[in-house]
Amino acid sequence: MSVNLTLLTVMGALYACGIYLIMERSLTRVLLGLMLLANATNLLILATGGYAGLAPMFSKDIDPRDYNDPLPQALILTSIVISFAVTAFMLGIIYRTWVLARRDEIQDDVEDIRVAETPSFDAEDDSEIPVETSEFPLTMVGTDGRGISDAGMSGEGAGGSAERGSATVKAGGREIKAKDAAAEEQPGSQNVTPGPEGGVK
Amino acid sequence: MNIASFAPLAVVLPILGAALTFVLIRHSRAQRAVSITLLSLTLLLECVLLASVWDGGTAAVNIGGWLPPWGIVMVVDQFSSLMLVVSSTVSLAVLVYATGQGMADGDRDAPLSIFHPTYLILVAGVSNAFLSGDLFNLYVGFEILLTASYVLMTLGGTGPRIRAGVTYVVVSVVSSVLFLIAIAMIYGATGTINMADLAIKLADLDSGTRMLLHVMLLVAFGIKAAVFPLSFWLPDSYPTAPAPVTAVFAGLLTKVGVYAMVRTETLLFPGDSLNTPLMVAALLTMVVGILGALAQSDIKRLLSFTLVSHIGYMVFGLAMSSVAGLGAAVFYVAHHITIQTSLFLVTGLIERRGGSSSIDRVAGLAKLSPILALLFFIPAMNLAGIPPFSGFLGKVGLMQAGVQLGTPLAYALVIGGALTSLLTLLAVARVWNRAFWRKPEDAENPDPVLLADPEDSDTGDRAGKRNVTLLPRTMVGSTLGLVAFGVALTVFAGPLFRVADQSAVDMLDRSSYIQAVLGENAPVPPIAQPEPAQQEGQK
Repeated sequence: MSVNLTLLTVMGALYACGIYLIMERSLTRVLLGLMLLANATNLLILATGGYAGLAPMFSKDIDPRDYNDPLPQALILTSIVISFAVTAFMLGIIYRTWVLARRDEIQDDVEDIRVAETPSFDAEDDSEIPVETSEFPLTMVGTDGRGISDAGMSGEGAGGSAERGSATVKAGGREIKAKDAAAEEQPGSQNVTPGPEGGVK
Repeated sequence: MNIASFAPLAVVLPILGAALTFVLIRHSRAQRAVSITLLSLTLLLECVLLASVWDGGTAAVNIGGWLPPWGIVMVVDQFSSLMLVVSSTVSLAVLVYATGQGMADGDRDAPLSIFHPTYLILVAGVSNAFLSGDLFNLYVGFEILLTASYVLMTLGGTGPRIRAGVTYVVVSVVSSVLFLIAIAMIYGATGTINMADLAIKLADLDSGTRMLLHVMLLVAFGIKAAVFPLSFWLPDSYPTAPAPVTAVFAGLLTKVGVYAMVRTETLLFPGDSLNTPLMVAALLTMVVGILGALAQSDIKRLLSFTLVSHIGYMVFGLAMSSVAGLGAAVFYVAHHITIQTSLFLVTGLIERRGGSSSIDRVAGLAKLSPILALLFFIPAMNLAGIPPFSGFLGKVGLMQAGVQLGTPLAYALVIGGALTSLLTLLAVARVWNRAFWRKPEDAENPDPVLLADPEDSDTGDRAGKRNVTLLPRTMVGSTLGLVAFGVALTVFAGPLFRVADQSAVDMLDRSSYIQAVLGENAPVPPIAQPEPAQQEGQK
């Protein structure tokens, strides 16, 4: 089987340009790159069919080797249809990106950046647990205290959480609070619970 | 006229459904009825197909009566029909879930009415890829499901979805182009694209050419299956899609890639020398994936990373190319499709009930909604591989096969697998501790829904009504159904493992597949270069 050198050169050039273009940050260029890649692949499939021959319509007089191989052309037809659909969809997406962000660029992933910037120290998992003198109520002080400061810091907390914060502050003095919390955690001590619960409301 | 002749209906019925639902685009109730009915019919048909090959054997259908090396064939064997049944069960559950969500939120606007036709096209593409016995038809199946997935991924066209969609589309198109190039080269080298015919003809090529074709196919499928160095796109793009869409993507799309890899390794290039690189890739996929999961605070992203990580187990099983390893991999694929999908569905429910899917913001769900806690706990433990669940059985199967193989690399993978399993447990336990056990007051900036008194919401009309919209019965029901199916995989693990092992025997032997497609007299070539390691494994 011999191949057409012109086709091969064109195919190589298309692949090179396509790969260069999909490395770009601009979406339109990426789209152009994908289109070039798809067309280069179509040429590649065509090349697998060998030299051009007669149209593959059966006639008794023709030597079978003179026909062109019809299968690659059928494959190309399918792949053209598919790349057409994908191109149309990509154009739609690019337009939508333009409408939303006024930029023809691939956007950064906000969550990725957030995770990358998160310190390895996690306040909840890694902070030192206060020395336990009696039960775990002492840790309750710690969590409550941070809960308040968090609610205070984020301005979004608005009505409900701010109210709750102040209520827990009232409940959360120094030693009294630890005792209260200890009592709360003991089974059957219903009398203390209404305090924080009321605070929640 | 045997029952396998109806196999093409598994592709045709969803496409018919897509056409009908597209016509009924203004009648959401009729749309729902049509899509659920047709998908149930498809599932029923696939169950019959599975039953027909349950005891072994392979059946091939020549589409349009064209004879095999030239025409398109669809092949039903144990592996493909098992995949079909599991995938259709999962997609049916997700469809019910999605309609439940649509009904609860009032799906009057256009983007949601396009959901049904697109979803059915996706199912058709998945079925086509599983059934295809022809490399180009496999490509077409991939393209059908990918194009449908592009639409589903960017449903609604919001900013984050478009951003994620761009990455997803570009990566998928590049992998498809690679696949197409591989097909062109294979056709150029052998003059056929029928997989059974290729199994015979590829053996005649010289080893350099065969290696090139093999690597190209594996890279193309590796991108689709999200195997480690090629998995970067997945955690970026999946989490932004709507909950049911992410669920079905996570369950099905990567597994289609794994399925294609299994067919490449067993049917087209058996015994070739790529098992070592595959094992290394499997190890890296497992470990890197799960370390990524530990860094995340968003449940959907965390689950996306566990998804990548657990693909490593399947590649591990595949790379061993022994009956035990491949059988365990087949079982693991079936298990993982179900479990990963149900976890994503539960995450959708968590997001509804808790107002967020970030584990920093959600808290106290165990008290607020015990059913949700149960629904999360079972698949989470299953994913982490806690006995007696199917995840444990699958992992044990893989590790047994690894120890049986006995090479240092296989031992490294067994250790890596155990480590990944423990780290998965750590990742899901972190979600459990924060989202379910912590008090709502301790959460960072919690949603007001979490702080409402649970006693209040149980009594009283107003609160009761609100609770219904938070957790619609259809959504909880479908999730429950899928979790129950996952548990059933555990209960029926015995017969299932037998079928998986039998399918592994058939796939490694290849004669059943080749003779079903090309006729009884087709020659089955000996495996090209039997690897020493593999012989040891089979002793």
